[in-house]
Amino acid sequence: MAGTPAAPVTPAAGTGGMFSASTNRGFFAKLKKAYSWYTGGFLVFVILLAIAEQMGLPRVWIGYIFLVATVGLYAGIGIIARTSDAAEYYVAGRRVPAFFNGMATGADWMSAASFIGMAGTLYLTGFNGLAFVMGWTGGYCLVALFLAPYLRKFGQFTIPDFLGARYGGHIPRAVGIFAAILCSFTYVVAQIYGVGLITTRLTGVPFEYGIFLGLTGILVCSFLGGMRAVTWTQVAQYIILIVAYMIPVVWLSVKQTGVPIPQIVYGQQLQKVTALEEKFINDPKEIEVRGIFKARADAAAAKLKNAEKAYADDKAAAVAAVEKAKAENAPPEVMTPLEKALGGFPVDVAAAKAGWTKEAALAARAAPPLRHAEAFPGKDEPARDVSRRNFLALVFCLMVGTAALPHILMRYYTTPSVRQARESVFWSLFFIFLLYFTAPALGVLAKFDVYSLVVGSQYANLPAWAAAWAKVDPGLLSIVDVNKDGIVQLAEIVLGGDIIVLATPEIAGLPYVVSGLVAAGGLAAALSTADGLLLTIANALSHDFYYKMLDPNASTARRVTISKILLLVVAIIAASVSAQKPADILFLVSAAFSLAAAAFFPALVCGIFWKRANRWGATLGMIAGLSITFYYMATTQPWLRGLFGVTSSIADNTWWGIGAISAGLWGVPLGFIVIIVVSMLTPAPNREVQELVEHVRYPNLTGDRMVTTAT
Amino acid sequence: MQLTERQQEYWHKNLTVTSVLLGIWFLVTFVLMYFARDLSFNFFGWTFAFYMAAQGTLIIYVVIIWYYARYMNNLDRVYDVHEGEDE
Repeated sequence: MAGTPAAPVTPAAGTGGMFSASTNRGFFAKLKKAYSWYTGGFLVFVILLAIAEQMGLPRVWIGYIFLVATVGLYAGIGIIARTSDAAEYYVAGRRVPAFFNGMATGADWMSAASFIGMAGTLYLTGFNGLAFVMGWTGGYCLVALFLAPYLRKFGQFTIPDFLGARYGGHIPRAVGIFAAILCSFTYVVAQIYGVGLITTRLTGVPFEYGIFLGLTGILVCSFLGGMRAVTWTQVAQYIILIVAYMIPVVWLSVKQTGVPIPQIVYGQQLQKVTALEEKFINDPKEIEVRGIFKARADAAAAKLKNAEKAYADDKAAAVAAVEKAKAENAPPEVMTPLEKALGGFPVDVAAAKAGWTKEAALAARAAPPLRHAEAFPGKDEPARDVSRRNFLALVFCLMVGTAALPHILMRYYTTPSVRQARESVFWSLFFIFLLYFTAPALGVLAKFDVYSLVVGSQYANLPAWAAAWAKVDPGLLSIVDVNKDGIVQLAEIVLGGDIIVLATPEIAGLPYVVSGLVAAGGLAAALSTADGLLLTIANALSHDFYYKMLDPNASTARRVTISKILLLVVAIIAASVSAQKPADILFLVSAAFSLAAAAFFPALVCGIFWKRANRWGATLGMIAGLSITFYYMATTQPWLRGLFGVTSSIADNTWWGIGAISAGLWGVPLGFIVIIVVSMLTPAPNREVQELVEHVRYPNLTGDRMVTTAT
Repeated sequence: MQLTERQQEYWHKNLTVTSVLLGIWFLVTFVLMYFARDLSFNFFGWTFAFYMAAQGTLIIYVVIIWYYARYMNNLDRVYDVHEGEDE
């Protein structure tokens, strides 16, 4: 593959950040040149593949070529950037320029959920889905104002490092290690699951193989080169994922409006969508289909009320129908379906109940379509209030969680200076912003295509992409003629969120090579995030637990080796968990945010801005925040309720109508309160700690040099 | 360790700019969005609330961080701070 970057290795592998002014600038210039060549090379590669496709290269081959070329590229960077030096391994030698650290953070940040799931969520939930867009960008304001520059000034390796040094003793560090592993692990399981899914889609290998194939790519990179290799791979991955995201959206925009800047023109499309929504809400055919769903749901709900009797009645009716037909000597075309119905009858009441519960869930499809642009929809004023509260609570949790996820905060240790750390947060958000302000546009453009081209078309000639996807995976798209009129009604379409990004190239009428590119982009997003997370977990264990708590005399080489072994072990455990396909992946991702927010944010912010905060305050604050967040999730989230055997109703356990996804809303304030109250009740931290806070806050204090060089 | 007047002044300026920017962040995120249902007038095709949630606030976030980095890095220059390995 063209344009493999050679620059990341060219600077001499120094041990510290001992680079003179000219070297830093020279390094930046070299990186810029290398990645420009790389981007150009990547585009040429895609164009060559497109030409090959026109000349008859089979689709499966395109999938394989994308998979092998990109994963091979990441592995190649990993091999070139291999290292066993501690500063290189943990913080990439603190030489990463702000601009490139921003790109790497962007890739680290944007996971499979952002790349593949976000536009679909926006399609399905309209305005309320924008909580994700706001939450996952606005959190960087907190990172910039409260954390990044101070953590960089502190200048150690990990987040538990800061807790350990600031609050003193092993207890705050241990709580930090536990929390870092808890939220990173829940998050990494979801990423590896995403890797498996995309690899399967790209090449057709079974899901379990897909996971381990993708894992190889992750491991070669982080295993050999730690943070250094991960950084330079993430920059490469960011470029692929942003190109892959933009091309189909721009194309779709040109197709619909003639303007290649979707972010500017989709307002007009939104107006058209809104007009179509009003039409669908009042259309008699739509009302008819919704009525059919309502009747089916009501019938099932009625049967569920008295399941035993309904089961006996239904069974008797089915048997009677067959008997009657037999007695009347009915022709086979009447007989066969009746016998089939009896043969397929649920074996017992439990099975029948499961079927009825599924039918009763059709009630959701009996509702009129959602108004995409309406904020906080609800049937009446109290319902709208709850919707608004949940929107704001989710935004809050995602933002604070962003400013507390260790794998993101860790990236700001890698810049050469505090100034660069500040600039780097700006570049991070800028690169993330590029994707996040495009996603809502994609949601609306895709909706317009579905509303105007699919709805109202004949079942006999559906658009090619719709027909193809409905055949491939009914979980992603299913269209069934419920009222048998031969015409597609909106209420007859069920759409899985992931299809929006995956099928956009086909909706826009692009060649298959772009579909391959999109899958490669999703893979880059998932791999880069998994890389960062695995590194965080392995470092928390090797650096914080082993080196700082068990064996402070361990040599550098030994620490790095242990970190590498742990990385392998953690990756294999995470992959085995993913292979089980745990019940609720999306919930796991959002849970990570609430947990991180409650555990880290209060302790980190108080550590920098309040000198009086002490060890007991921080320790108990972290534990209290984590506990209440976890308690609220365990009592209100269906999957966890099942796990812990909670039987009281969800409504009894919710406070103020807030959903389980925003449990951090309780944990963060409680964390602050406990830190403040307990710190005031216990003695102030000693002189040494106060000096550390001053060192982090003020420029040029005597003793600075001593603290920075002691690692 | 004795803090000099200039250091106090530096920290004070830092806190001021931090709180002002944080105030803006809070205003556009929570106050503005609280009233989202009332802000449904047409804004170049979007409703105003939808535009703000999808693009407007995002742009403001980027500007907040950009301004903070610029202001603080200037402050560092004025107060002659040298740390790390800068250009």
